[in-house]
Amino acid sequence: MEVFFTQLTNGLAVGGIYALIALGYTMVYGVLKLINFAHGDLFTIGAYLGLSLLTSLALTDHVGAAAGIVILAVMVMGLVGVIGILLDRAAYKPLRTSPRLSAVVSALGASIVFSNTVMLVYGPNPRVYPQGILPTQVFEVFGLSVPVMRFVILAASVILMIGLYVFIQRTKIGTAIRAAAIDQDAARLMGINVDRVIMLVFFIGPALGGAAGVMVGLYYGQIKFTMGWIYGLKAFTAAILGGIGNIPGAMVGGLLLGVIESLGAAYISMAWKDAIAFFVLILILIARPTGLLGERVAEKV
Amino acid sequence: MMLEVKNLHVKYGNVRALHGIDLCVREGEIVTLLGANGAGKSTTLNAVCGLVRPAAGEIIFNGELIHRLPAFQIVEKKITQAPEGRRVFDTLTVQENLDLGAFTAKNQQRVKKSQEWIFELFPRLFERRDQLAGTLSGGEQQMLAIGRALMSNPRLLLLDEPSLGLAPVLVRQIFKTIRQINQAGVTVILVEQNARLALKLASRGYVMEVGNIVMADSASALLENPEVVQAYLGGT
Ligand SMILES: Nc1ncnc2c1ncn2[C@@H]1O[C@H](COP(=O)(O)OP(=O)(O)OP(=O)(O)O)[C@@H](O)[C@H]1O
Ligand SMILES: [Mg+2]
Repeated sequence: MEVFFTQLTNGLAVGGIYALIALGYTMVYGVLKLINFAHGDLFTIGAYLGLSLLTSLALTDHVGAAAGIVILAVMVMGLVGVIGILLDRAAYKPLRTSPRLSAVVSALGASIVFSNTVMLVYGPNPRVYPQGILPTQVFEVFGLSVPVMRFVILAASVILMIGLYVFIQRTKIGTAIRAAAIDQDAARLMGINVDRVIMLVFFIGPALGGAAGVMVGLYYGQIKFTMGWIYGLKAFTAAILGGIGNIPGAMVGGLLLGVIESLGAAYISMAWKDAIAFFVLILILIARPTGLLGERVAEKV
Repeated sequence: MMLEVKNLHVKYGNVRALHGIDLCVREGEIVTLLGANGAGKSTTLNAVCGLVRPAAGEIIFNGELIHRLPAFQIVEKKITQAPEGRRVFDTLTVQENLDLGAFTAKNQQRVKKSQEWIFELFPRLFERRDQLAGTLSGGEQQMLAIGRALMSNPRLLLLDEPSLGLAPVLVRQIFKTIRQINQAGVTVILVEQNARLALKLASRGYVMEVGNIVMADSASALLENPEVVQAYLGGT
């Protein structure tokens, strides 16, 4: 029970992070039918920008830990969102009418540029986040102990996800994003500026990815320039798991993947942790080729 | 003149779809565009809506050149289209589809009025407003496509094959509604395979063949024209 509870809460915290990154893949795919392979690196950039801002501005000293982290997250999200828009402008927009494969190659190129830039700026060695910003206390629930930090991480990702969900489902702009994902020309006939919608999606997705980067830094305390690769792969898996293009699907897929992976690591084998995630993906895709919540068959890229 | 299309050429890559067509529409008219499959009818409507860019020629709406405007700005000029194949947003509700029709509208009072009128024209849409558009029948989807196009209170409404795939009863109902819409002051360009009904409804018609306009006349004259009777009205 103790182990189960520990792994479950850890899985949910990690799963929330996967979900935030997965949203970026799924939103871009939804509107452009493009897998943004550079998305994992935007997550990395978020983690490093978070570190730089945290140490240079010393926000948490001035306004306290909670407010400091919120301000930090907002700044990182804004910056990474802008980088996302620039990425689209430079790497994808010129190829909008080209064959799909061109954009994939461009995405891989952008990914290499990003990760190498991070390495050149911050060096190839892991960097550590300042310690003791998030609460280190341990919660006692029903005689089981859980670090408070896990709940903070999970709560942060859940708040962002609810915010996104409400925005997409309840606002006029959110409805326009959904319309553009269904049929771009029909959306244009409604008077929707589809280029704007694409720009917005390339802001929101990377912003959420950037927030996830900061969360990983705070949660694990250590970041590395290659981290976007494995997190990106996991989050991409989560997006497929939930049904690529489907926003609630990415949320469910991320949380589920985090929990499965975490329980698998404890009950099966730590060494098999990553393999378990992909094994589950394969099983679910055999049973439901469109993913858990997907309606349309994911197209080949 | 409300709409003037002058020497319009459209190409899709190397395929030339329109070879310099001229047409015009006066305020308050219903004008129909007839022609076989691939004649360029949809292309003409899409050029007016800004979805395809002309290779040459001009489109003038109420004295203003509009053929360089992006599609989303054409809506603000008060031209909307219910496109071929309906193209409703299938995973959104009927209400959300209608709301999107009013995406550019600034006056919410106006939008409410439009919506009330649309529900009067198509009571079925009111009953189904919380249902996903993809679960509607073909006829209901067509009503939604037309209703959605009316939400922004257009002056010119383009209808591309609204009777496509509908049972005869529904076809007559849709045509009746088109007349009501027109009587409410909306100018209509109607593309139809059902040439007889279209010519009975319209005041004027154009006949297109492989990217050219080959005939332009009053609807009553076209209904009598032996060539039109032969090719589009099934002989007799
Ligand atoms: N997106 C496109 N790409 C390439 N060619 C196209 C495209 N759309 C239309 N065409 C071509 O342009 C020509 C005119 O097509 P259009 O759709 O305007 O015809 P239509 O009169 O509406 O026909 P239908 O009655 O079948 O709807 C056709 O030869 C068609 O093959
Ligand atoms: Mg057509």
